[in-house]
Amino acid sequence: MNYIDSSLKVVGTRPIRPDGVDKVTGRAVFAADTRASGMLWGKILRSPHAHARIVSIDTAKAEALKGVFAVVTAADFPDIPSEEAFVGEGPVNFRDLALNCMARGKVLYEGHALAAVAASTQAIADAALALIDVKYEVLPHVIDVEAAMAPGAPVLHDDMFTSGVNPKPTKASNIAKVVTFKKGDADAGFKDADVIVEGVYTTQPVHQAYIEPHACMATYAPDGQVQLHSSSQGHFMVRAYTAKLLDMNMSNIRVNPAEIGGGFGGKTLVYLEPVAVMLSKKSGRTVKMQMTREDVFRASGPTSGAWMEVKIGAKKDGTIVAAKQVLKYQAGAFAGSPIGPGCMCGFAMYDLPNVDVVGYDVVSNRPKVAAYRAPGAPITSFAVESLMDELALKLGIDALTLRQKNAATNGTKTHYGPTHVNIGFTAVLDAVKAHPHWKAPLKEGHGRGLATGFWFNIGGESTAQVHVNEDGSVTAATGSPDIGGSRASIGMMVAEVLGVPATAVRTIVADTASIGFTHVTGGSRVTFATGMAATQAAEKVVDDLKKRAALTWDIPVEAVEWKDGKAYPAGSNAGAFEPLDLATLALKAARTGGPLIAEVSVNAQGAGAGFGAHIADVSVDKETGHVKIERYTAIQDVGKAIHPSYVEGQIQGGAAQGIGWALNEEYIYNAKGLMENAGFLDYRVPVASDVPMIEAVLVEVPNPRHPFGARGVGEVPIVPPMAAIANAIRSATGLRMADLPMSPPKVRAAFDAAG
Amino acid sequence: MPTVVLSSGSAGQQFTAGQTEFEVEATNFRRLVLELERRFPGLGRQVEDCMAIAIDGEIFQDAYAAELKPGSEIVLIPKIGGG
Repeated sequence: MNYIDSSLKVVGTRPIRPDGVDKVTGRAVFAADTRASGMLWGKILRSPHAHARIVSIDTAKAEALKGVFAVVTAADFPDIPSEEAFVGEGPVNFRDLALNCMARGKVLYEGHALAAVAASTQAIADAALALIDVKYEVLPHVIDVEAAMAPGAPVLHDDMFTSGVNPKPTKASNIAKVVTFKKGDADAGFKDADVIVEGVYTTQPVHQAYIEPHACMATYAPDGQVQLHSSSQGHFMVRAYTAKLLDMNMSNIRVNPAEIGGGFGGKTLVYLEPVAVMLSKKSGRTVKMQMTREDVFRASGPTSGAWMEVKIGAKKDGTIVAAKQVLKYQAGAFAGSPIGPGCMCGFAMYDLPNVDVVGYDVVSNRPKVAAYRAPGAPITSFAVESLMDELALKLGIDALTLRQKNAATNGTKTHYGPTHVNIGFTAVLDAVKAHPHWKAPLKEGHGRGLATGFWFNIGGESTAQVHVNEDGSVTAATGSPDIGGSRASIGMMVAEVLGVPATAVRTIVADTASIGFTHVTGGSRVTFATGMAATQAAEKVVDDLKKRAALTWDIPVEAVEWKDGKAYPAGSNAGAFEPLDLATLALKAARTGGPLIAEVSVNAQGAGAGFGAHIADVSVDKETGHVKIERYTAIQDVGKAIHPSYVEGQIQGGAAQGIGWALNEEYIYNAKGLMENAGFLDYRVPVASDVPMIEAVLVEVPNPRHPFGARGVGEVPIVPPMAAIANAIRSATGLRMADLPMSPPKVRAAFDAAG
Repeated sequence: MPTVVLSSGSAGQQFTAGQTEFEVEATNFRRLVLELERRFPGLGRQVEDCMAIAIDGEIFQDAYAAELKPGSEIVLIPKIGGG
């Protein structure tokens, strides 16, 4: 059933968030809060080198230390063959995943795990790690993407031959893959251009910077049954990856989803869980592991840094006739940067006749990258949207007008193939034009920047159950960890269908043994896909409730209607009966057929793409190079906002992370390839004083493929900020900042260079 | 008979000797995969494991039953994830 044109009583309102009390009072149980009787502490020995051959590992002294119950190295794990699968948030090679959890033969980055211990206390575990004797043959390393692509660069994998080129190379290199997207004839298009702009841009790897470090607790029972408590974006993902890496049956692993303290894509992989299970198996005790913040920075994925070259050609009236882009994305130590979406997203906002994009996926001696909100899109958009600003300047056209002139609409054929349908980009641009921020005069010394962004959004597999409890209250259970308010949005959709208040529905996240498979919480898919499953499950319950009422009244089910949480006779011909509410029907459930419950699993399709536009006002201190965000407005097509406060929160959070990406965040490596700022004191995420109130403006163009019109909202808001701020800096100072982060030293240096 | 376009960035062209457009007699995604595998050995598996299908602009992933209508725009693109 579709409710898009219905009068809604719950969806679109702002009930109090169901997870709020537990979180603000400290009662929420995160993975690091878990404890068990007789529990051991697991710790990991990490590589001190950026690139080295492991000559030998001697664990004898560590094993002999009193209080140590187990020591593991790669020799304790199955030697997983290379096998590609698209699971989790992208293509995964299970051999790479296994090697990332425990190095075998070589360490490929500082922080790479190569042994682990389980001991009765953390201090003993630390002492045991110090007793493990590792002999390394240190190898030349390479950190930066262009250096990794250069002839003669140290090669990380001697079996990596660039795919996507013809003929296939016979010499190993650090270039894992080349991807190309072409539409029309870009070279011919540039010949028709009146104006051509070009630029080279770089971005640095930035971490997802979730406040909660990775943590888990594993118990391997003597009968081979495993219990895992883990903080992740997908406990089914944890089960699948752990089973694969340990060669176990999934049915022998039960993963309990802990509350999650942020993920943003970075918790769509396993790092600790297979190690904890192996330590538990070897020790016969429950093992708990948690990363330190340094571990998080050194050993879990940031997103890619990149080198990018962009060229755009346009007619005098602003019509873009050709565009080209070369993207080189860092993948970290194993192949798999988000180069594909990077190539697809940069120009996706525009209706362009001729486009040529080439992308490179490049490994280097850094932690393997992981997904981060709209993986790949913010990077490419920083380049494209910065150059769009240059084009507007050169043409003498307003930045918004240029975008409106070239905006993608329904029917626009993208450069990566599909035709846009049901999109709201022009509505977003109209909202920019109408917004007081866009019209407000600039204050003295301030600059204003505009940038736009795109993300596909996805659907996928989800399961939801709706239970009507014996007293008529309702429990909704899903397999989706709640990282962005999905317990609220799912409960509200169920409540809307059942015709009860939002507070009547309690939504829980069920473990892997208690509900059907559900894909990870990522790609902004949960409110769309799991919401679809929950809506359908609630509809099944309503159908059942009508049957129970019909049985009670002894009338045909067609003569029963359900509204406002009650069964009514459908008209006078159906008979005169008092309405039956949920509580009454639930009380008599045994007599009418047993428990009231429905479960629905879906593979949701048609997620509906999202578009956003951000306006940033900045001031720049010429003495220090400090950039202050003076005003920030983020406008986005969100489909139907199920719980507008959460949607606004997603937009504000994405923008805040983008502000950090723009102004401060970067990995700093020394000459030995070692990270020098692995902590929040030196890796500077935005703090409250860096971020103004971000005004989130919701444009609601319903997605017809969702029962309430929802589309994903969590990815798009991190796409525009970097270019919006760079464009604002240019507006304030005349300086084009093409290299992220636009930190005070770089801005100061740009002033110096400009004289 | 639907015309299928193989997106240039999809890595599928290694199986088609560079051919990017072909007509395929298939009424759903599964039949398309089987037909592509028959005509271009390896491509069907590539499509099934690593690619999504855009039917008239709507992206479908892992959806055997997705219907292909005559005259529809069918584009094979890399699968999409997220963060």
